[in-house]
Amino acid sequence: METALQSCLFLLMLNNLLMLGSTRIMWLIRFTAFQGILLAGMLLTMEHALLAAAVLLIKGALLPGLLWRTRNRLHSHHRMRPRMHVAVGVLAGMGGLVLSLWLEARLFTLPALFPPLLLPTALTTLFCGLILVVGRTTALAQVIGYLVAENGIFLLGMPLMTAGTTWFELALLLDVFVAVFVMGIAINHIGNTFESIDVGRFRSLRD
Amino acid sequence: MTAMLEALLFLPLGAGCIILLGTKAMCRVLLPLTALGHTALAAWTTYAVGTGAEPRAMNGLLAPDPLGALFLMLASLLFLAASIYAVYYLREEDRLEVHADIHGGPGFTNAPQRRLAACLCFFLSSMTLVTTTPHLGALWVGIEGTTLSSAPLIYFHRHQRSLEATWKYLIICSVGIALAMVGNILLSVAFYTPEGMTAMVEGMDQLGWFVSHARAGEETWLKAAYIFLLVGYGTKMGLAPLHNWLPDAHSQAPSLVSALLSGALLNCALLGILRGHQIMLAAGLGGFSGGLLSFFGLISLVTAAIFIVGQGHYKRMLAYSSVEHMGILALGIGVGGLAVSGAMLHAVCHSLTKCMLFLLSGNILARYHTFSSYDVRGMRWTMPITGALWMAGFLAVAGSPPFGIFISEFIIFKGMLAADSPLLAAAYLLALAVIFVGLSVAVLRMVQGNRPTDMPQTLREPLLSVLPPLVLGLAVLTLGLWIPDWLWNFLRKGAALVGG
Amino acid sequence: MKQDMAVYAAQFVLALVLAPLLPGIINRVKAKFAGRHGKPILQTYYDLAKLMRKGEVVSHTTTWVFACGSAVSLAATLCAIALLPLGGATSPLAFTGDFILAAYLLGMGRFAIMLSAMDTGSAFEGMGASREATFAALAEPLFFLALLVLTSVTLDMGRGPHTAFSLSSLFGGQIAGAWAMGRGELLLLPCIFFILLLVENCRIPVDDPNTHLELTMIHEVMVLDHSGPNLAMVVYGAALKLWFFAALIAGLMTPALPLWQQAALRITTVLLLAVIVGIVESVMARLRMDRVPFLLGSASAMAALALILTQAR
Repeated sequence: METALQSCLFLLMLNNLLMLGSTRIMWLIRFTAFQGILLAGMLLTMEHALLAAAVLLIKGALLPGLLWRTRNRLHSHHRMRPRMHVAVGVLAGMGGLVLSLWLEARLFTLPALFPPLLLPTALTTLFCGLILVVGRTTALAQVIGYLVAENGIFLLGMPLMTAGTTWFELALLLDVFVAVFVMGIAINHIGNTFESIDVGRFRSLRD
Repeated sequence: MTAMLEALLFLPLGAGCIILLGTKAMCRVLLPLTALGHTALAAWTTYAVGTGAEPRAMNGLLAPDPLGALFLMLASLLFLAASIYAVYYLREEDRLEVHADIHGGPGFTNAPQRRLAACLCFFLSSMTLVTTTPHLGALWVGIEGTTLSSAPLIYFHRHQRSLEATWKYLIICSVGIALAMVGNILLSVAFYTPEGMTAMVEGMDQLGWFVSHARAGEETWLKAAYIFLLVGYGTKMGLAPLHNWLPDAHSQAPSLVSALLSGALLNCALLGILRGHQIMLAAGLGGFSGGLLSFFGLISLVTAAIFIVGQGHYKRMLAYSSVEHMGILALGIGVGGLAVSGAMLHAVCHSLTKCMLFLLSGNILARYHTFSSYDVRGMRWTMPITGALWMAGFLAVAGSPPFGIFISEFIIFKGMLAADSPLLAAAYLLALAVIFVGLSVAVLRMVQGNRPTDMPQTLREPLLSVLPPLVLGLAVLTLGLWIPDWLWNFLRKGAALVGG
Repeated sequence: MKQDMAVYAAQFVLALVLAPLLPGIINRVKAKFAGRHGKPILQTYYDLAKLMRKGEVVSHTTTWVFACGSAVSLAATLCAIALLPLGGATSPLAFTGDFILAAYLLGMGRFAIMLSAMDTGSAFEGMGASREATFAALAEPLFFLALLVLTSVTLDMGRGPHTAFSLSSLFGGQIAGAWAMGRGELLLLPCIFFILLLVENCRIPVDDPNTHLELTMIHEVMVLDHSGPNLAMVVYGAALKLWFFAALIAGLMTPALPLWQQAALRITTVLLLAVIVGIVESVMARLRMDRVPFLLGSASAMAALALILTQAR
């Protein structure tokens, strides 16, 4: 079980880096689905079967499905340049990884609570999500960045889950689902109104 | 008693669902009725909390304390005012199918009015959850619920700028609230012992448990948790430098929605930070958390002062004024002592005033069809009642006597001097002075001057469009002249929880 | 000692003999993917024999640089292969830091080919030389980064610095068993070395060995003026270089076993790698030339990730 958890954490880290390096939306959606599957796998190693099934359903299937449907409804598919070069994002992600490893060494960690490498992975995932939100100009990529950040936070809260908090975690998942649903509707409106989902064109509201 | 609390939460929820399924005319009737019912229940709950009874419902999920009850009452009153205004507003918006864009773009339509009314009810229900729950996770769910239910509200007028504002609001606030969740998790980590976990998670009263066991928490983790809570909920509250979404969202939304967002929602976000501050105070780290709050408050104040001067868009001006007042609130609570009671009074007066101002801005927009404070002239001739109220509202929000905000700002000032921080007090006064000048230039230009040539006659102003702002303005004026004892005691009770 | 020398010599000769098999296997796999039967697998041997018999056409503008360029390149590659342990036997030429020597021997070979290309005075070959220099410059940090990861892992495993900095111990099969212990990041290393193989040997997606368009050639354009025995040396040197990189990966992936079993396993892995290269060549298209740095950059990022994670444990 321990090695399975470590392998999942390593794959998650690799997944984050690949997400930062990819420019196509379809690949980002696939990586998001893969993240959901990895999270469900990690929950299984911690013996939360019901929650693992819920996570697999929502984060592994429903949310990527929503994103995929939103993308297919858009009329324009041309590639938009990210705000900063993709390589800068990857470098920033590596910087975040180093920072979170340093933080783990500095903070007084309770050995029974966090398995090794869980805290840095969670913080790195959160950081990569924030990089995607800030660095990309496509609205859909920003939503994916939000999802990745939520995955990181979910991972951070995983060791604290006991049998009693399951309903709360389910409420959390439902919340994220509704949030992405609302964002998907907004993206559809943006696509129809602006003829593209390039939020770098949002310039009319400024002082 | 439990039934009352549950009705408080589920009444708006149910009303929202009924409105979604009903007709347009129904929603104009149901909305004020829901508001009336909610206000009555909220008043009853506040009375119960104020007299010392501790109402609990749903196995402890809903258990308001004086601080929460104060914000609940404010939210409910503002919703009542906004819903009465909405009767007039929705009738007016119903006249045209396609509205002319102010900036000369293509004409736009509105979202279905049922959706506006239903989302307003869901919004109220989420705010009720936030203010009445001692469970930090449920508080998080409530604030996320307010974000999701207010996004369609901002996008009521379907044009490009409001869509832009809605998108910024959604993304920035969602990311911010996600960071606040990290704060929640780190709080649990700070108190983690293998045996202790079960004791904590069984009960719903997380806040009480945290406060009573605060000394046992790890200091580093507590500080980290507080920082995340501050950054996360501070984004939602509009503390600089995380306030970028606020002027856009509050200026593009319909006026009654802006009134609710500025007057009620920002307070609820502040409540999230205050819960963290409570725990830090109980753990003996009040200096750290208070210092951070004062720092962000001061930055918000200065940022707002910079952007208010020369602001040509009067709704953005009001939005920056909200940033300013949230900064003052944060400053007051961060300083501690007497200033916290002042901050509580300030919350009350600011909510009432800001709601009034935003409702009035809706009247101005409907009449003048422009957002520019340079183009609006001669309000005292074209709309005398609104003009007078606008002038009074400006005086109130800028903190001049005899309105209530002057009293609260003065108490905060006294508190700052008592806490031995003269530099802070000096910066505070300087920023307030700059804001006064900035606001007065714009407002006086709008109210005075000759009437515009294309608006010769004085139209009759509909009653429902001036009645709510008038009542709110009278309330603020009363608070400036006389604060009842029971109110002051209630405010003191709330302040005592956060270091007053 | 004698037996070690004998084993080593046998496997060195085996490498020299089997190396031209690799391009043949790659071509056969590509042909099968295209639905053809393809050239015989031993075609490279026939080509080498044919080229050795032919006369040479030498341009008037070339000097002695052109005359000895391909020979220098072949010699350098032979020396590099001599350093690499084949089939478990530690090379008698091994010393601390010999991987640097191996890397720069290959570099010297590349340099010699580039010089002889520029010596012909043709614009095409100069263009090919400059492109080759660019990609080599980009690939070199990646090579050393990957070796850094390997070295740190070997040091962590308790072997002293004397053995850790030598090719023989790095690729001697001791690392393969570390994967089962849950160190997933070591799985990245074969991928990184495979990308290096593709870059250094001018395979798709970096360069198309079958293309005849001047604008798209990199390696092929440099040897336009070579003919006869010179061309035979270039072709054989290229096959040896392919064997070198494939042997690197084989050394990473095979665990420690008794001598001949390990040798057989390694040779099988090398041949299998040729098949995989053939599959990659058939499935992918060539990258646009300004995208190749991205490929190398992503490989560097994976190497950096592996390095950070191994340091963190």
